[in-house]
Amino acid sequence: MKRTCAVAALACAALLSGCATAPGKIYDPFEAGNRAMFAINEPIMEYIAKPVAQFYVAVTPSFFRAAVSNYVNNIDDLFSIVNDALQGKWDKMGNDMARVMLNTGFGFGGLIDIASDLSIPRGEEDFGQTFGYWGFPQGPYLFIPVWGPTTVRDGTGSILRLLWSPTNEIPNVPVRNVIYGLVTLSEINDAVEAMKLVDQAALDKYTFIRRAYLQRREYMVYDGKPPPEKDED
Amino acid sequence: MKLFRILPALCCALFAVSALAQEAPDAMVKRVSQEVLVIIKSDPKVQAGDQARIREVVETKLLPNFDFERLTALAMGRNWRQAAPEQQKQLVEQFRTLLVRTYSGALTQYRDQTMDYKPLRADANATEVTVKTEVIRQGGAPVPIDYAMAKTPQGWKVYDIIVGGVSLVTNYRDEFNEQIKNGGVDGLIKTLQKKNGA
Repeated sequence: MKRTCAVAALACAALLSGCATAPGKIYDPFEAGNRAMFAINEPIMEYIAKPVAQFYVAVTPSFFRAAVSNYVNNIDDLFSIVNDALQGKWDKMGNDMARVMLNTGFGFGGLIDIASDLSIPRGEEDFGQTFGYWGFPQGPYLFIPVWGPTTVRDGTGSILRLLWSPTNEIPNVPVRNVIYGLVTLSEINDAVEAMKLVDQAALDKYTFIRRAYLQRREYMVYDGKPPPEKDED
Repeated sequence: MKLFRILPALCCALFAVSALAQEAPDAMVKRVSQEVLVIIKSDPKVQAGDQARIREVVETKLLPNFDFERLTALAMGRNWRQAAPEQQKQLVEQFRTLLVRTYSGALTQYRDQTMDYKPLRADANATEVTVKTEVIRQGGAPVPIDYAMAKTPQGWKVYDIIVGGVSLVTNYRDEFNEQIKNGGVDGLIKTLQKKNGA
């Protein structure tokens, strides 16, 4: 019940989010706050997340880390089925269903990605993209420490994803918490790797990540064929 | 941080092109990327992480295939015309250095990735094309990398790279705009110089 209320509240937030955002335009009304969060995020990543991620890589064999990513991807694929359906993308839905069935059934609950070995592509649809497909704008850009860049629309989608994740249904609490921990480590490790590049490339990491994130999401909503960007002049 | 899963694929993004003027753009991307991949996999200095050698590879193999002036002008957007010719020259120079450093850093992170080349869909007499490739990573979704290329008297040249939908030019346009808003074109040049000197 509590969960349903939260979901309803979030859905309303998504509906109300950002009215005047044209594609390609940055809508960042909370920039000052976001930049503060970004500044807090830097030392957290550098002095906590990074050493922890390095430790994770040092003590786990690569097949183990692959299994953790596969587990996350399998749940993403499961949500992708739902979002394929919500957008009427039936080809993708067929692929994602085949993926989840193969990987869950024969890949030890998603630890092994058999479907990719069989070249069944991932649909990679999520709630944020579905909202976008339905015509909701991104709304205000948000930067959340450790979580990273998002927007009101995409963040709403991510929260739905977290609330409904099958991992929540694992009855054994320690097992569930270990899974949450490993998943977080796996994502932090990806982030740390990528930040090395951003450090080198960006004049201002905040704007660099913001634009990269928004471009990426726009591209995903349009399945790789975003409308051409309007020149500013 | 999903975005971060695709960014490391940038390391393959620069594997493009030095060419015979007549070479088709897709053939060029393929040839140069293969040449660079071979060097990265076999050169002992590159393997040992020798930065000078890696930069040399980037400078000699990749850079001749880029139109840095166009790339810089696009990233500057409407600010380009406000810059004096001397400023423009400096901007191109500094931006070029920044990208060389970025990609040299990216190449050091390069691991066992392979590239897949998509068939080119363009008119035979087109002067602007997008060459589509994909980087295949172990245990990850393939990352599409597109090269926007234009025909010049010196052959086909790359003027933008789009990694998983993230255009290099568009990304830097925000960065440049912000610097120019705060300190003018000279402010941007200074920031670039400082970044490159660091």
